[in-house]
Amino acid sequence: MTDGNVSIKGVKDGLLVTLSQSEEWLMITRELAERIDEKADFFAGAQITVDLGARAVPKYELTSLKALLERRGLSLNIVLSDSQTTMDAADALDLRTTSAVHTPGREPNETLPINPEEEGTMGVLVKRTLRSGRTIHNDGHVVVFGDVNPGAEIVAGGDVIVWGKLRGNVHAGANGDESAIVCALDMIPTQLRIAGYITTSPTEKRREIKPEIAFIRDEQIVVEAWNK
Amino acid sequence: MGAKVITVTSGKGGVGKTTTTANLGVSLARLNKRVVVIDADIGLRNLDVVMGLENRIVYDLVDVVEGRSKLRQAMIKHKQFPDLYLIPAAQTRDKTAVSPSDMVTICNKLREEFDFVLIDSPAGIERGFRNAIAPADEVLIVTNPEVSAVRDADRIIGLIEAENKGPARLILNRVKMEMIKRGEMLSAEDVTDILAISIIGIVPEDENVIPASNSGVPVTLNENSRAGVAFRNIARRLNGEKVDFMSLDNSGGIFQRLTRLFAGGQGNE
Repeated sequence: MTDGNVSIKGVKDGLLVTLSQSEEWLMITRELAERIDEKADFFAGAQITVDLGARAVPKYELTSLKALLERRGLSLNIVLSDSQTTMDAADALDLRTTSAVHTPGREPNETLPINPEEEGTMGVLVKRTLRSGRTIHNDGHVVVFGDVNPGAEIVAGGDVIVWGKLRGNVHAGANGDESAIVCALDMIPTQLRIAGYITTSPTEKRREIKPEIAFIRDEQIVVEAWNK
Repeated sequence: MGAKVITVTSGKGGVGKTTTTANLGVSLARLNKRVVVIDADIGLRNLDVVMGLENRIVYDLVDVVEGRSKLRQAMIKHKQFPDLYLIPAAQTRDKTAVSPSDMVTICNKLREEFDFVLIDSPAGIERGFRNAIAPADEVLIVTNPEVSAVRDADRIIGLIEAENKGPARLILNRVKMEMIKRGEMLSAEDVTDILAISIIGIVPEDENVIPASNSGVPVTLNENSRAGVAFRNIARRLNGEKVDFMSLDNSGGIFQRLTRLFAGGQGNE
């Protein structure tokens, strides 16, 4: 369903809407609205990932795009972008963000073939500290570049990697994948779950801060030093 | 040149937001700044009590918002400092009587005539909190060195970041050095390790605070109070001065020397 400025295609968990990087924003949003309205029933309730490429979309434009989708019963879930302005706007609106995979000028469908070994290993990169009350849910892997504070929660279908201190709740392999792992630079989660297993951190006071990895072995969660 | 609007908030209740707001208001007034303090805790007002102005209230914040009084009429002049005013909260209504944009409008009117506008936020993360931070140029988070208060502060910091009001600064209130030494209380390092924001002040636990609040004379007017010194230091930092953190050790003579020096006038600590 490509029409020059707006392309809509089905992806694993909803619809991927790719918007032209060069056409005027008003034209694009109008076109998008028309496209959705044509098949309102078909689109209703869909989770939208919008790819804005390198376009710098300020907060008010992104807000209007979000409102446009919500008025039509769609929810804007994830923003893909190469622009810092856009990423900041999405952050301010509490939207999930990911860097767009394509380079400017190349059509998104022309990306290089995916290495079969990496297929299905999609995920999100969260580039900030998750404070209390924050939750990240993703069917793929979750990578956090920052701390996960007590009261924050990560639920991932795949692995969870925290480049920082992990002190909140984390659930890897949430859909039942017992091969999932959790690793962090400092591993003191309030609660750690992998698939159907659950554990808590020891309460000892003075501990050495070191990167560790948690996984399932012999039907229980074990935590080992990273460089073992 | 307009006033700086500073919101004092915490998430958790009872950590000392109102005490902090009253003391910073008075301390800034003592530095000859023109200050308005606003009680945004509609329905549970008590900033007026702590500042000793309860019996002077005629109009309140909701009267201003709903057009029953002019802004000036609701501003109560402090007994001791002619450039310090309080806008009290209404006691009979709730948080929904005021909107975030009302708060922005009121603060914008105050900006021209004052140096600081301090807003005392209610506890919680709902409407009252949103009202309080809407006009803020800067946010001060008050927390106590205990896990539950720090957890709530963390949540609040996240919400403030999402509103692009950050980076907030932290006031660690009711610190007991003896308990920290025994490992029974979180230290400032423990707290900043989790919250990862800068500290603008550490206020020691002080028995003078409660009687001061009860009598409507903020503790910072008591020259011998350790908490009072800490609040004055925070006010000076808000005013752009560089002030070293005071020693929290009660045992050493250093602290008493500091208070004596301070009591002696505008001397260096």
